[in-house]
Amino acid sequence: MKMKKRKKITLFDIVVHIIAALLLLIVLYPLIIVLSSSVSEPALVATGKVVLLPKGINLEGYKAVFKNPDIMIGYANTIFYTVVGTIINLIVTVPAGYALTKNKIPGRNMFMTLFMITMYFSGGLIPTFLLVKSLGLYNTRWILLFLGAFSTYNCIICRSFFAAMPVELEEAAEIDGCNPLRTFIQIILPLSKALLGVMVLYFGVAHWNSYFSAMIYIKEDHMQPLQVFLRRILILAQTAMNIEEGGEYAQAMADREALIRYAVIVVSSAPLLIIYPFLQKYFDKGVLIGSVKG
Amino acid sequence: MKKKEKTIKNGVCLKDRIWKSRYYYLMLLPAVAYVLIFCYAPMGGLQIAFKNYKVSLGMWGSKWIGFRNFTDFFTSYSFPQLMENTFVLSFYQILIGFPIPIVIALILNELKGGFKKTTQTILYAPHFISTVVLVGVMTTMFSPSQGVINTLLEAIGMERIYFMGEPQYFRHLYVWSGVWQGMGWSAIVYLAALAGVDPALHEAADIDGATRMQKILHINLPSIMPTIIIMLILRMGQIASIGYEKVYLMQNDLNVSTAEVISTYVYKRGIINMNYSFSTAMGLFNNVINVTMLLVANKVSKKVSGSGLF
Repeated sequence: MKMKKRKKITLFDIVVHIIAALLLLIVLYPLIIVLSSSVSEPALVATGKVVLLPKGINLEGYKAVFKNPDIMIGYANTIFYTVVGTIINLIVTVPAGYALTKNKIPGRNMFMTLFMITMYFSGGLIPTFLLVKSLGLYNTRWILLFLGAFSTYNCIICRSFFAAMPVELEEAAEIDGCNPLRTFIQIILPLSKALLGVMVLYFGVAHWNSYFSAMIYIKEDHMQPLQVFLRRILILAQTAMNIEEGGEYAQAMADREALIRYAVIVVSSAPLLIIYPFLQKYFDKGVLIGSVKG
Repeated sequence: MKKKEKTIKNGVCLKDRIWKSRYYYLMLLPAVAYVLIFCYAPMGGLQIAFKNYKVSLGMWGSKWIGFRNFTDFFTSYSFPQLMENTFVLSFYQILIGFPIPIVIALILNELKGGFKKTTQTILYAPHFISTVVLVGVMTTMFSPSQGVINTLLEAIGMERIYFMGEPQYFRHLYVWSGVWQGMGWSAIVYLAALAGVDPALHEAADIDGATRMQKILHINLPSIMPTIIIMLILRMGQIASIGYEKVYLMQNDLNVSTAEVISTYVYKRGIINMNYSFSTAMGLFNNVINVTMLLVANKVSKKVSGSGLF
């Protein structure tokens, strides 16, 4: 069997590789354009001269980004919300997923139903908003940390993962006098690096990229995450410029922001784009399979 | 079965079991507390959809007015357009966005080794870019004065177009940018399912002289059909709730005629204009459509294919 001959390259192979290459091109082109523009001469970018590769190397954009107080505050806030928020997510979601694998606990199905309903039905935007206000969490950092702390979808992924683990481990620990909490922390979790990797990625990405909650619940600039400032720079200023001249002030702001526009996209997106390939082996296979089967 | 009845009837025994499970309840406690406070308490707040909510009177003190908020919404001048925008956009998105990841998974599955892995990695990249950045890049690339798209259009002798400000382009931009961002990531689930296809099937097909295209159509596709059906049911359950974050970012004064959907309208009327009762009613209506669609899709799937979500 080992002697199997190398297969010929067929027409089928050629077609498949061409399609794959086209897909890569479609995905990569906008990313390359942004990267190229961020290190090019702003005047050449503005006149549409940068079509693929950078022209007239200029790093002023990056300098401007690191000197811009709003962006730096936003960056620090986003790191804070992502790190602390993700830790809270893990504490709330992962142990619950583990507990739900235990048939013996009374009321397990009730808890499961309680969680499942929230996937399909919710109070919606306004009742949640009024609740947050009445709890006194409006315009505080807490709300961005707590909102979405539990995710039924991710909890089900955790449950499927833990359910596939051999029970002998836990039985052995129980005989040795471990209570379930200790078993979970000292025996199960160290064996669940793949799951934790995926959970950190899912929750972390959600925190890093979210802007809507901050836009609704946070009033003061010093607590705003990066995405809110990005929205001002990338979308609001540009749209105002495109729709009408908008007066001298808008023009001056647009000029200042045109310089940092590309650089800020790179600086804000780079961390996630650098991290995810290292976690790819975890989310490519296995972890997700069980969750789809429900 | 008998044993189970015994344990439930016997109060002491159930108590014991609960006590024995105390550590597990402790693990469930944060999650249960969270859903009760942040998911179920707002569901109680849905009552204001049937009330004339006044901040001074509070949620419980405000007057009941029955379905008036709903009838106001249904008879309002913006209702037909909101419904049209929401459903056209949603169906367009499903029609394009749902099959593409399946096709991509089938194609990626035919690639081998390092090239396959690199292709996957690169196709996932857009998923990790925030919606704000995505819309920002679109605004830049499609900008009438500096955008690279318009530069290219001009180069081939066409006119510059302000894509982001024209109502007729909004849906295409929304759906196709979504495809760009999600096609690789959404394919993961199908790739995982394809990894589980029994190799014996392929060997048998080889012996019978099947081509690779035939194997894709008659082995791979049917093998991942259960996954496809479940994903489609789940997708139908979100029919009325299109990602309002992205729609809201893409909206401007020029394109609202196609870009205003129920969820963005809820935000504007509710949070910005503080029209709480009215927008809660709209949100509830939206939610009821979603749940109905989910149940219908599930039922249809059970009838047709014999498998469903629940």
